[in-house]
Amino acid sequence: MFDMENYRIPLDHWIQQFVEWLAYNFRPVFLTIKWPVEELLNLIENSLLATPPLVFLIVFTGITLWIAGRGLAIFTAFALVLLMLIDIWPETMTTLALIATAIVICVLIGIPTGILCARSDATWRFVRPVLDIMQTTPSFVYLIPVVMLFGVGTVPGAVAVVIVAVPPLIRFTNLGIRMVDRELIEAGIAFGATDRQLLWEVQLPQALPTILGGLNQTVLLAMVMAVIVAMIGAEGLGLVVLQGLGRLDIGRAGVGGIGIVLVAIILDRLTQAIANRKHGKTKKPGGLRLAMRNLVRGGGADLAGTGEKGAQGN
Amino acid sequence: MLSEEPIGRLMNGDAQLTNRIEIRNLYKIFGNDPRAALKRIEGGASKNSLLADTGNVLGVDNVSLGVPKGSISVIMGLSGSGKSTLARCVNRILEPDAGEILLDGEDITNVDIDKMRDIRRRRISMVFQNFGLLPTKSVIENVAFGLKLRGLGLRERHQKAGEVLEVVGLSQWASHLPEALSGGMRQRVGLARALATEADVLIMDEAFSALDPLIRSEMQEELLRLQSSLHKTVLFITHDFQEALRLGTQIAIMSDGALIREGAPQDIVRDPQSDYVAAFTRNVDRARLFDAQSIMLEGDQDGFTLCPSGKVTGWRAEDGADLSDDFTTVAPETKLIDIARAARPPRPIAVVDDAGRFCGSITHAALLAGMSGASDARHSATREGVRADV
Repeated sequence: MFDMENYRIPLDHWIQQFVEWLAYNFRPVFLTIKWPVEELLNLIENSLLATPPLVFLIVFTGITLWIAGRGLAIFTAFALVLLMLIDIWPETMTTLALIATAIVICVLIGIPTGILCARSDATWRFVRPVLDIMQTTPSFVYLIPVVMLFGVGTVPGAVAVVIVAVPPLIRFTNLGIRMVDRELIEAGIAFGATDRQLLWEVQLPQALPTILGGLNQTVLLAMVMAVIVAMIGAEGLGLVVLQGLGRLDIGRAGVGGIGIVLVAIILDRLTQAIANRKHGKTKKPGGLRLAMRNLVRGGGADLAGTGEKGAQGN
Repeated sequence: MLSEEPIGRLMNGDAQLTNRIEIRNLYKIFGNDPRAALKRIEGGASKNSLLADTGNVLGVDNVSLGVPKGSISVIMGLSGSGKSTLARCVNRILEPDAGEILLDGEDITNVDIDKMRDIRRRRISMVFQNFGLLPTKSVIENVAFGLKLRGLGLRERHQKAGEVLEVVGLSQWASHLPEALSGGMRQRVGLARALATEADVLIMDEAFSALDPLIRSEMQEELLRLQSSLHKTVLFITHDFQEALRLGTQIAIMSDGALIREGAPQDIVRDPQSDYVAAFTRNVDRARLFDAQSIMLEGDQDGFTLCPSGKVTGWRAEDGADLSDDFTTVAPETKLIDIARAARPPRPIAVVDDAGRFCGSITHAALLAGMSGASDARHSATREGVRADV
């Protein structure tokens, strides 16, 4: 009789060997990748932690006011005060640093890659299935090779966040550039634009709203992943929740959760406002109460959106 | 021979010397293997058999066309006739697959990309159907676009752009975004952008087709006004025969990628030569198209007496009658509609050129025949016929 148990592909064994082989032979490569991430993360985290909370509150609220208007600024101020009062300020700063680092790297990788994809069908044919795989792979799965190759801690966490968060930015950049009106491209060429001029003068300005939409997605995915990477030892709000769960300390986990929700709402609204501002559609907030109500409702809705997008990413 | 289509004469004679652009045997094929397709075409395959056998589409089929310096040459055709493809081949937004395009006598189909870019920046500019304005840039930045690509500094290019905006009458809109402007104003910006580079050749691809009829006619007026002072060489693409008649010093009609008729507007309407072209000319307002010299009896004094310098001194109804100065004079390029408005039958009409010299006479019957397009006015309305009719 045919016995399935006699026929087994030792794929798990192969994967383990392959990753070990990678880790053993390409250690310098991974250290090189890790180094700028670590430097950037440390720089941002140290500056955020060194900033007195009140100064951060004022500056950040000011930025919010400038970009997104009064409603979000008020919400942000309240949220930051609350984060201080429930005693998770340093963790919030660490999470913000983690996200900020990941976003910077995502932008540096994602936008040029997206541009390359938009310019060459061959590149896009290659990149697209890679992105498909990246986006359908559960984000937990990334943790294993990241730990094997980069170790544990906040820096490998940042690497994992980048891997999860970068695909939408590449997709949206590619899409945004490809969607630019053909007549505008022709106008550029007809007036003697070089490829570079065409990119900077015509394609990128037209694609910017779409790219910023992608950035919003990337920020939200980064937020979700910044929590998950607590499992490989990344610090921040995710760790608060994880520890709370580990000790069955529901209160502590809840506090971490609230922190995550507040940060997520602020980041989502802020990046959306950036995207909309480039459309030239700065929303003027109505009455304060209306603005707050919209914000809470919109924030709640977006929170659901966050989870959903996270779920898509997972 | 003064009356014989002076414009057409200007076009056809000395073509080599006066053509700013000369298109010779141009082919453009859309498909996966243009070269093989071209071989088939050279072997005598038709457009349809090419499509059926290879899936390649013959976009431009052996077109030869001269665009005289300082003229508005209209390429007219229905959608899919290849007119826009042809226009895009001229500045090589699309690469032609065979044939030559001479710009001032120099073949530009083989020049390298840097040279071509320079030609696009300085010598050929373009106006687009949907304006092609950058929505994120202000009006003046849009007008200065070509100059910026050329590398001009901010102050210099804005000064130049400001001057051109003045010409199209949009100075006060300089700092607005295009979205704040109406369609007609946007196309003025598009036109200003094309003029700002001081390129001599303007390719206008369905430039007014997206505009409301009233605005369109306003823009046609504007183009003619600008052209009368700027004397650009304009290649104007349109699907609207009326527009072609109104703007064109010469018209080329395309169908299925091929050029099927070429000539001066009045010639084409008078003698379409094919049913396809006749379908366009049938409803043409002849009174506004044809001019005095197209229907006058050339040199026929018809009772007019001239002094030795050729000026009209008077008119006699019949031999022996008193010399009268009771007659109408019109210029050779006066349109029939205006002659009709000025005519006071039975007073005769003399065609007199700028210097006051007599060119010919127009009978009222010829005027009516010319306006109605009944038949060739000059031959149907003899002097005797007029006498009988009037």
